Amino acid sequence: MSRQIPQDELNKKKSYRFKQWMKGEVDQYVGIMEMQRQEEVGTSENEVKKHKKDQEKLFADIYDKEHNWVYKAFFRFYKLAAVVCCIALIVMLVVTVSYLPPVGNPDNPAHNEVVEKYIEDGMQDTGAVNIVAGMILDYRAFDTFGESNVLFIATVVVMLLMRDDKKKKGEDSADMNYEPGFDKILQQVTFILFPLIMIFGIYVVVNGHLSPGGGFSGGAIMGAGLILYLNAFGVEKISRFFTENTHKYICFAALSFYCLAKSYSFFTGANHLESIISTGVPGMIVSAGLIFPLNICVGLVVACTMYSFYTLFRKGGY
Amino acid sequence: MAFVQNVPFFSIMISMFAGIVSSILPAKAARRLNIVATTLIGAMSAWLLVFMLQSDMGYYTYMMGHFPAPWGNEIRAGVLEALMALIFCIVMVLSLMGGLHKLDEEVEPSKENLYYILVDLLLGSLLALIYTNDIFTAYVFVEINTLAACGLIAIRQIGRTFEAAVRYMIMSLLGSGLLLMGICMLYDMTGHLLMSNMKESIAMIMEEGTYAVPMLVTIGLIVVGLAIKSALFPFHAWLPDAYGYSTVSSAAMLSSLVSKGYIFLLVKIFYRVIGLEYIAGSQVLNIIFWFAICGMIFGSMNAIWEKDIRRMIAFSSVAQIGYIYMGFGLGTEAGMIASVFHMLMHSATKSLLFISAIGLTDASGYKRDFFEVTGAGYRNKIAGAGFLVGSVSMVGVPMFAGFVSKLLFAEAAMADPSWRMFPAIIVLSISTILNAVYFLKTVLRIYTPMPAEEERAKGYVRIPWKQNKVYAAAIILFIVLNVVLGCNSKPIIMMIEEGLRNFM
Repeated sequence: MSRQIPQDELNKKKSYRFKQWMKGEVDQYVGIMEMQRQEEVGTSENEVKKHKKDQEKLFADIYDKEHNWVYKAFFRFYKLAAVVCCIALIVMLVVTVSYLPPVGNPDNPAHNEVVEKYIEDGMQDTGAVNIVAGMILDYRAFDTFGESNVLFIATVVVMLLMRDDKKKKGEDSADMNYEPGFDKILQQVTFILFPLIMIFGIYVVVNGHLSPGGGFSGGAIMGAGLILYLNAFGVEKISRFFTENTHKYICFAALSFYCLAKSYSFFTGANHLESIISTGVPGMIVSAGLIFPLNICVGLVVACTMYSFYTLFRKGGY
Repeated sequence: MAFVQNVPFFSIMISMFAGIVSSILPAKAARRLNIVATTLIGAMSAWLLVFMLQSDMGYYTYMMGHFPAPWGNEIRAGVLEALMALIFCIVMVLSLMGGLHKLDEEVEPSKENLYYILVDLLLGSLLALIYTNDIFTAYVFVEINTLAACGLIAIRQIGRTFEAAVRYMIMSLLGSGLLLMGICMLYDMTGHLLMSNMKESIAMIMEEGTYAVPMLVTIGLIVVGLAIKSALFPFHAWLPDAYGYSTVSSAAMLSSLVSKGYIFLLVKIFYRVIGLEYIAGSQVLNIIFWFAICGMIFGSMNAIWEKDIRRMIAFSSVAQIGYIYMGFGLGTEAGMIASVFHMLMHSATKSLLFISAIGLTDASGYKRDFFEVTGAGYRNKIAGAGFLVGSVSMVGVPMFAGFVSKLLFAEAAMADPSWRMFPAIIVLSISTILNAVYFLKTVLRIYTPMPAEEERAKGYVRIPWKQNKVYAAAIILFIVLNVVLGCNSKPIIMMIEEGLRNFM
């Protein structure tokens, strides 16, 4: 025989709350989920009037297409010219492509001794089972160094545009607390998925020289995992292990390791000196010389870049 | 291999590494690191230049890694590359020094170290563009260059620079896209990315006559892509705002280095990828020639109409870029030499003009209007002297760099066997007169005394040179560089000649 339990205890029970929610009696999230309320933008009457007047004057003086025939003609011509230029470019490129060698033809100029050596000697030369990893991180490592610097400089430029340095000082910092950080479904799903995503990302990065994948793809997976975590648990939780400084130092460490290690490799290669880096046994996890650590560096840079893009565009800071 | 031959590799890596380290440094340390690194690279380039002049090997290739060229990456150095790197380093250091006081004013203090990251990476990418022997490496560093340039414009956070940066980014990415398409098509036709191998395959293709249409389109795409990025006449719409409103160091670097990096890449592609004889025979050259001729006239006309002196100097760049492309458009050896010399002259002079113009506007209550700078040459003597030298050099007065390049252009045009001689000569003289109109009228304006009571009423102050010694030093060194290029042009022209011969 079931025992009657007091109302307080019943309220705490998950099954009871679930029933309530099903019946529509109670919204579980009322009072828990906080959102920042939009404030009305400065609306003194004079300002509105002045703004309107300015805009009218601007349109009357400059963009008056009714009477200013130069602008009228120009805008028409502009649209027409844009369309004509685009169509001309498309037609030109399509015609050109039809003259190029057909895709997949074995006699194409691109199938020459360069590709042949990559495929035949790739594993022996670089120690990487994954030919692509051997190509981008050993044969043409200088290009990939440039590529990871593109990511680095992209972060720098976004940072200088979007980072809101004034926020840290002012009272706006409370803004961090107003976010939908208590979504139970998202949190539970993230609780399960986040470790899996991170482990999968690490696997893709670490196995870059053995299987398809590598720093760029694995880093993207890890970055996506971090973004998911941020959305589920909010800034406060993620800043326990990932802040702006973490990002700064990870990027610095990864890129300077890449720069110095590869400099050593370039220098010894060009001067025909003996290098201490061996290719190891192909197929082992620690093998392929510098490819293994460089993949990790690239992965870290890509993950940090993705995550910092997200936070910078979202709130202008970490 | 002599140790000095490692210089290109060290220069690229040092500048990139300086950028990476700057990300964790405070602004002051990052600035010092940048100046030290750039000076060091300049000194090393000078060492390499001396070595290349003394040895008789002409050029050499340098393996980036353990794998030889078509498989691994490769860079290549010769007299011309070393000379370019040297001048770029000098101009970069001086531009930065001349604009330091404005950087403190115009850049948010918490973001100042980001500026030095951008400058370091910009130098690294320019050096890579100069030294690379692989066209895909060139593309990767073109990307870095574009992003760095966008950042340099946007670091001064006011409305107009944002607009200018967005416009620059759109135009520049369009240029990158066209360049990338051109590179892809070249790869499809030749199967190579290394410049020397590409040239062999292209010579074969041209002989056999296969791929005539795609080759023409490819040359067009590459030329137009790089022309957009370096602001050739009809594609120059992004230029005046980008140069006119960004902080002064950025304006000087953008006008004198960034656009020159792309033009140098184009020279490399002409010589080392496609071959000058095929370029000269193609119709693309005619188009360049006419665009350049129009640019020389319209750029100068716009500069005459412009009331804002920073924007006036920016419009003058359109005309000067036109000169450079006109030299290419002639399609002869002499035209190329004149263009390369003009690149050096323009980077030395345009940055001097930007740096000294900022001194003149500072002495005129930060107003940039043409009439407000009346008498500014007396209020800020060192900036006035800099502007005077820059102007007479641009107009082409003997003793200064501009005279030599104009003379070279005139000689090249006279020696041209084709119909291009007449338009080139006529437009050269017209453009010179127009140059004189807007530069000399500004010089007269800054040396027209303003009545003392009016100066006082407007609150204009005299700025003695001792107030900012770094700025004065930068201007004096720029003047010296100009005079050296002008009075000592013979050896430099010989170096350019030898360098271009080795490009073949």
